Amino acid sequence: MSTLSVGGTAPTGATIPGTNVPTSRREQRARSMNRSKPLWTVLAWVVGVLFVLPVLWMVLTSLHSETDAATNPPSIAAALTLDGYRSFLSAQPVAPLLNSAMASVISTVLVLCLAIPAAFALSIRPVQKWTDVMFFFLSTKFMPLVAGLLPLYLFATKTGTLDNIWLLIVLYTSMNLPIAVWMMQSFLAEVPGEMLEAASIDGAGLIRMLWSIVRPVAMPGVAATALICFIFSWNELLLARTLTATVAGTAPVFLTGFVTSQGLFLAQLCAAATVISLPVLVAGFAAQDKLVQGLSMGAVK
Amino acid sequence: MSASTAPSHPRVGPDRPQGSAGSARRAADWARRAPLLPALLFTIVVTQLPFVATIVISFMNWNSYYPQDRGFGGVDNYVSVFTNAQLRQAVVNTVVLTVTVVLVSLVLGMLIALLLDRKFAGRGAVRTMMIAPFLVVPIAAALLWKHALFNPNYGLFNGTINAVWKLFGSDSAPQVDWLSTAPKIAIEVSLIWQWTPFMMLILLAGLQSKPADAEEAARMDGATSFQIFRYLTFPHLRQYLELGGLLGAIYIVQNFDAVFTITAGGLGTANLPYTIYQTVFSAHDYGLASAMGVVVVIATIIIATFALRVVSSMFKQEVGR
Repeated sequence: MSTLSVGGTAPTGATIPGTNVPTSRREQRARSMNRSKPLWTVLAWVVGVLFVLPVLWMVLTSLHSETDAATNPPSIAAALTLDGYRSFLSAQPVAPLLNSAMASVISTVLVLCLAIPAAFALSIRPVQKWTDVMFFFLSTKFMPLVAGLLPLYLFATKTGTLDNIWLLIVLYTSMNLPIAVWMMQSFLAEVPGEMLEAASIDGAGLIRMLWSIVRPVAMPGVAATALICFIFSWNELLLARTLTATVAGTAPVFLTGFVTSQGLFLAQLCAAATVISLPVLVAGFAAQDKLVQGLSMGAVK
Repeated sequence: MSASTAPSHPRVGPDRPQGSAGSARRAADWARRAPLLPALLFTIVVTQLPFVATIVISFMNWNSYYPQDRGFGGVDNYVSVFTNAQLRQAVVNTVVLTVTVVLVSLVLGMLIALLLDRKFAGRGAVRTMMIAPFLVVPIAAALLWKHALFNPNYGLFNGTINAVWKLFGSDSAPQVDWLSTAPKIAIEVSLIWQWTPFMMLILLAGLQSKPADAEEAARMDGATSFQIFRYLTFPHLRQYLELGGLLGAIYIVQNFDAVFTITAGGLGTANLPYTIYQTVFSAHDYGLASAMGVVVVIATIIIATFALRVVSSMFKQEVGR
C-alpha cells in the first residue's frame, strides 16, 4: 500500500468534496482527473497482483524441487523442475481426475436438459405464478447440503450406491439445477416478446421459433450456466468425501488424501493443486465475460 | 402468444360448451407446465426428501454405536445444540465466519470494482488477475493457504518477513505461527481472498450496466465524485450488493473445505457444517447431527429472507412480461 505515494502526487482531495471554491469547475475537474489517474491505475495493479500472488506462488512452488520449495526466506529464483508434477503423476491421479470430469460434465449436461425446458416454461410461455416456482427453486439453495448429508449417506449405504459416481452425478445435478433454472430464466427473459409475436403471426411453429429466435439469444446464457455448473461440481468436496471412497473418489477428495497419506511435500502438493485447478482456471479465464453475466444472473438489469 | 398471458380459468364464458373448451384449456395448461415438471419433480425428490428425513431423524435418539437405543427423543437434540457449549460455539462460529467474510469481501469487492470500472492501461489483465482466486478449487486454495502461505517454517508470509529483515541485515525476524495465533482470522482471510473476486465480478457487472448519461449530467451540474457515488452509483449498486450478499451467505454458511483443511475444526474454529460432519462420521450421533442440520437451514432461511425482499424487487421489473 506504500505505493499510494508513488510519483509524489498531490493529496487526493480531487475525489473528496472540496471546500475551496474552484475558479473553473470543469478545468479543475480535468486537472484532477489527470492527476488522480496514474495513482488509481497503480493501485488497481497493486491490488490485482496481490490477489493473484498466492496463485502464482502455487505455480512457482510446484516448479521447484522439494528442498527449494520449503526454504525460508523463499527461494524465488531457484532452478525450475518438473519433479513435483512427476511425483504427482506417480500418485495415480488419473482415476480421480476422470471421476471429476465425468461427474462435472454429465451433471452439467443433465442440468441443462432439465433447466432449459423449465426456464422456457418460466419465461417464454410463463406458467401461472411463475415467480412462486422461481422462489421455490431458489429456496432449495437455502438448504445447505450438509443438512441432507446423513439421509443421503444412509440411502447410499442401504442401496449399495456408496462409492458410485452416478450417485454423485445425480446429487450434483440437484445441487446446480436451481441456480441453472434461475440463470436460464433470466437469460430467456431477454428474448424480445415482439419478435415472438411477429414470428407466430407469420405462422412460425414452436420449434422454428425456438430455433431461430430463442436459440441465438439464449446461447451465451447456456454457456454461462454450463460453465458455472461445471465449476461448482468440479469444486465440490463434502458430498464427494462422504459418499465416495477409492473407486469413485473425485479430484478434490484425492487432494485431501494426498497430504495425509504421504506426509507433506510442498512442491508435489502445489503441483497437484495446480493440475486440479487448471480446468476451472482455463475455462474461467476463457469465458470471463460469460462468467460475469452468469454470476449477476442477468436478472439484475 | 397474446392469449397466454390471460389467466386461464377453466370453464369461463357461459355460452361456451363447457366440456370441450374446458378440456382444451386444461390440455393447453398442461402443455405449458409440462416442460417445467421434470426439473420440479427432480428437485423435490432429490433435495426435499432428504431434508424431510433429516427433520424426522432430528427428533430421534439415534447413535449408530448404540442401535438398541434408537427411538423418539423429542426435542432433546435441539436442546443439546443450544446448551452444549461446544455446539453453541459452532453456531456462533458459523455466524461470525459468514458475516465477516460476506461483509469484508463485499466492501473490498466494491472498492476494487470501482477501481476497475475506469479505463486504464492493462485493465483486462488486472481483471484476469483478480478473478484467479475465485477459479482455484476451494480445497486446493485451503491447502495452499495452510501449507504454502501460513506455514510458520517455510510459508510465504514468514518467508517474506524474514527476507525483508535480512535485507536490512537482521537475522531475528519475527516468525509468527499464524494458524495458532489467529486461527479464525486465518480462515477468514483465505475465504475473503476467494470471495472478493466473486463480489467484484457481480458489482463490476452492476457498474457497467449503469447508464452513463445521468452521471454525465451530474458532472455537468458540478457534482463531486463522492456525491456521484453516494447518490447515483451506490443506489444503482444496491441490488447487486444484496445479490452478492445473498449468494455469498448461502455458500459461506455451508463452508466446509476451509475449516476442514486449515484448522480441522481445532482452536475453536469449528463451524456447523464441520461439526455436523464430525458428529455423523466420528461420533455417529445421527439424531444430534440432524438437529444441527435443521438449525443451519433455519439460520440460512432467516438470512436469505432478508436478502430476498431485494430479489423480489428485481422480479418486479420483469413481472409485467
